Amino acid sequence: MTVSLRSALGFAAIAAAAFYALVVVPQGGDLTTMINGSIYASYAILALSLALIWGYGGVLSFGQAAFFGLAGYVYAVAGLNLGDTALAALIAVASAAAFAALLGYFMFWGRVSDVYLGVITLTVSLILYRFINQTAGEEWTIGAAPLGGFNGIPSTPIMTALGKPDETLMPEQIYALSVGALVVCYLICRLVIATRFGRAVVAIRENPVRAELLGYDTRFYKLGIFTLGGAIAGVGGVAFANSVFVSPTMFNLQTNGQVIIWVIVGGLGTLAGPVIGCFAMLSLSTWLGSLDGGGWTDPNLVMGVVLTFCVVALRKGLLPTALGLGERLFAVARERMGAPKLGEPRAAEDRP
Amino acid sequence: MTAFNRRTLLKTAAAGAALGLAPAYIRGASAADAIQIAGIHDASGGIDIYGRPMINCLTLAVEELNARGGVLGREIALKNYDPQSNMQLYTQYATEAATKQKAAVAFGGVISASREAMRPALRRYRVPYFYSLLYEGGVCDRNVFCMGSTPAQTLQKFTPFAMKRFNAKTIYVLAADYNYGQITAKWIKKFATENGGDVAQADFFPLDVNDFGPTIRKIQAAKPDMIMSVLVGAAHNSFYRQWVASGMKDKIPMASTTFGIGNEQALTSPEEHDGIIVSYAYFDGIQTPENLDFITRYKARFGAKADAVTEGAAMTYHAVNLWAEAAKKAGSVERDKVIAALETGLSFTGPAGKTTIDAATHHDTLDVYIAEVKGGAYHVLESFPQQTPADTAAVCDLTKNPNETKQFVIDVKV
Amino acid sequence: MDYAIIVLLQVVVTIANLALISAGLAVIFGMMRIINMAHGEFLMLGGYAALVSHQAGLNLWLSIFVVAPLVVGLVGAVIERLVIRRLYGRMIDTMLATWGVSLALVGLITVIFGNTVAGVSPPLGSLEIGAYAIGRYELLVAGVSALLFAAGWWVLARTPVGLIARAAMQNRDMAAALGVDPARVYAATFVTGAAISGLAGALIAPIAGVAPTIGAAYIAKTFITVISGGAAILAGTLSAAGLLGAVNAAFSFLTGPVLGEVALLACAVLLLRLLPQGVTGRFFRRSL
Repeated sequence: MTVSLRSALGFAAIAAAAFYALVVVPQGGDLTTMINGSIYASYAILALSLALIWGYGGVLSFGQAAFFGLAGYVYAVAGLNLGDTALAALIAVASAAAFAALLGYFMFWGRVSDVYLGVITLTVSLILYRFINQTAGEEWTIGAAPLGGFNGIPSTPIMTALGKPDETLMPEQIYALSVGALVVCYLICRLVIATRFGRAVVAIRENPVRAELLGYDTRFYKLGIFTLGGAIAGVGGVAFANSVFVSPTMFNLQTNGQVIIWVIVGGLGTLAGPVIGCFAMLSLSTWLGSLDGGGWTDPNLVMGVVLTFCVVALRKGLLPTALGLGERLFAVARERMGAPKLGEPRAAEDRP
Repeated sequence: MTAFNRRTLLKTAAAGAALGLAPAYIRGASAADAIQIAGIHDASGGIDIYGRPMINCLTLAVEELNARGGVLGREIALKNYDPQSNMQLYTQYATEAATKQKAAVAFGGVISASREAMRPALRRYRVPYFYSLLYEGGVCDRNVFCMGSTPAQTLQKFTPFAMKRFNAKTIYVLAADYNYGQITAKWIKKFATENGGDVAQADFFPLDVNDFGPTIRKIQAAKPDMIMSVLVGAAHNSFYRQWVASGMKDKIPMASTTFGIGNEQALTSPEEHDGIIVSYAYFDGIQTPENLDFITRYKARFGAKADAVTEGAAMTYHAVNLWAEAAKKAGSVERDKVIAALETGLSFTGPAGKTTIDAATHHDTLDVYIAEVKGGAYHVLESFPQQTPADTAAVCDLTKNPNETKQFVIDVKV
Repeated sequence: MDYAIIVLLQVVVTIANLALISAGLAVIFGMMRIINMAHGEFLMLGGYAALVSHQAGLNLWLSIFVVAPLVVGLVGAVIERLVIRRLYGRMIDTMLATWGVSLALVGLITVIFGNTVAGVSPPLGSLEIGAYAIGRYELLVAGVSALLFAAGWWVLARTPVGLIARAAMQNRDMAAALGVDPARVYAATFVTGAAISGLAGALIAPIAGVAPTIGAAYIAKTFITVISGGAAILAGTLSAAGLLGAVNAAFSFLTGPVLGEVALLACAVLLLRLLPQGVTGRFFRRSL
């Protein structure tokens, strides 16, 4: 299968998935699916942001949820104070990006790399978590918005229709908005990777020394992709704030860990894989909780076994493994039909 | 559990057939026509110590109702959801219970955050909701009934009682750092000053703190007359252990507004908890015939080693029965009719004594007890019958403003 | 004066605690470059092993010092065999796989013991200093922590086993060429690290209590301590624990536990920005 055929098929699959999610699902009118869907979509945007900066930029952030949560909180506070939710969403995404830029500057210009970078990002996320977690007292009120500490802000404003501040969107519309945002973010990532900038980022991931010798300022490129990742995570945070409400769990260790798990399970080095991984793992967790099993099993046990299995057995993650399998079948079928073999099946992209 | 349900179902169906009831009844007992109800409590994760006994009591209450022929001649089908101590799953399951399961009523929620996560969804889909844990008060929503005690009901009597018993003027408050802890600390300060004492200091701890060393040194320096613990969750349990290890047990006495809601008495040793006094609307040590009988049934169903019944669990049992009474009175399980029936001041007398729904606040008037922990059991020292939810009543009147939906932060005037 | 002594003791106890719970992770990270995300659960398992065997009637000291390290070492051996061995040299993958193991262990313990188990009170009573008092057991734990590090230094610096371990750590291929089997060294290291974690978990169990999810309270703290320490196992962990523990205890006294923890985290961020390879990437470079 040629590269162009692969990417054409990939695009067709994405378009079909987007069509299904945005057109077919709402027809069914099942609200549970749509509310779960909007939560999953907002998490998927977060997974996408890590897929971009880790899979393509080679920057492993253990604390990607910091931007997710920060944007959620900025959205809630700005929305409660300004009343204009669209403006609040813009401010939220901008502040997530600005925070990522600041943190990125701090790290990349300090030549922090590898696992140390991971620890710094995780630590920053945990600091935000600790800080927000202790704001239950009423002295922690910004304008009209009490920060609420551990309980979060249950009165997080829901988006209103543009120009009609009294008309809050229905869950169906929030669902469409979240899934739409996911699709748009995905396309943005694809576009960025295809540009000169994106290619330079991938080149730096492959071999930072070579890229530097060729005259690229690696710090600048890393900062760029990291900031973009922060902004995308911010979009996810705003979508999440609209689907549930903001609370400190958005920053905590579990959320940060989950994102990494989704990316790995779905397939590092792809964009669609982590999104699939995110949907799969979240559905599994929701399903386990509704089993009414009476203690015969524990959701943690199942999640843990699945994750360990994925890492040990499916080295490349769900999507690349499935693609590799598909291509092998394709090649076998072609051979059986006696068609001339057009070269070896191309292995799925290797992990950096 | 599935097997058990099926067995009960068969038994009821067989009983119905044996009694020669109309075929309509047997059809009524089939799953399709059963009244769907939802239970949403943490059965795993960090705060499940509160959820487990509540789930037990919910299950017991439903099974007992079914054994008596269900409600309005229909079997009750209970579905339990486990949000795994994850707030986002509460929102998801509340929606699922409302739209997919089409539950007629929902019971559940453990910590306040989980209640607030479910409340909007259940209101939007018009599913009446019973919240049974004690909490900080102030919820004002016609769709919600709060069954647990609130600070005004317990602390108003408890604070002076503790000060008198321990001959204490200065109180050092250790509280969990979230709404409940913050607001409860304010109530303690209010009642302490009203009774001629004072709060020396209030320290707040996030739920995952389990090292209290520096805090204990601070208390040793402050030398208060008594400790009031508003600590919550499994991690905070280690405070009681570290307190004893530092040799403080016999020096400074302790009262608590939370010790025992998560069955802490079974997790700490007698030398750690002997002498702590607590105040709730229910103790499993209450010596009334209703309660003794209830405890026997509970142990028969869940085994002698099951989690002890807590206030939240007993109130869940009351909640299910109040809902059933209301449905009987209304002749329907439809939301508006059931709520209207509950608002007539319906009451239920059960293990926790008599609980009466207050129409204005949708909280309840209940008996409050003060007990001492000794050897892993509660010994009731004093009881205060029929305490009204005065704190919520100060801010909430649903008979006047039936469209109110918020949780008021009650302004505690110290 | 009394207050100064008690505060000082509290700071020492905090530091020793942090070093103790980080030790097992440090051994595995330092020797194998593996970040064991199941470390918190190893601590938790140590606590359970000690408590359960004590409740079954065994002497408390035997449960802590013998049963817990044995049980957790054994669990470590099984995990090494089933998971870690397949992933050598893939740092991120081992991290994620051990994360999976961590979740599975939490689930398994919950299924077996439920979410809560009765604890035991710390033995030995308290030490009075003027108007203040501190648990003797806490001081004992600090002492054991110091002993453990001294023993670790002795093994690495003075014994043939330590020599082989250091050789495999510095240059795996050269060690293999000289007849050392790196796979065996790594397996032994992982089991040792697990056993140390088990001992640490058992030691702190009477103070902190046990619950299946208690590992999560430790993992971030220990992870940050070990990474901030840098490559040298003993000196790195000790210096990072000394710095972070002191900052944590000082801020906990001045403000409260929340800001204590925030100060610890902020200090780690600054430390890593200034010393991107950890403390021992810059200072004590030739230490162990």
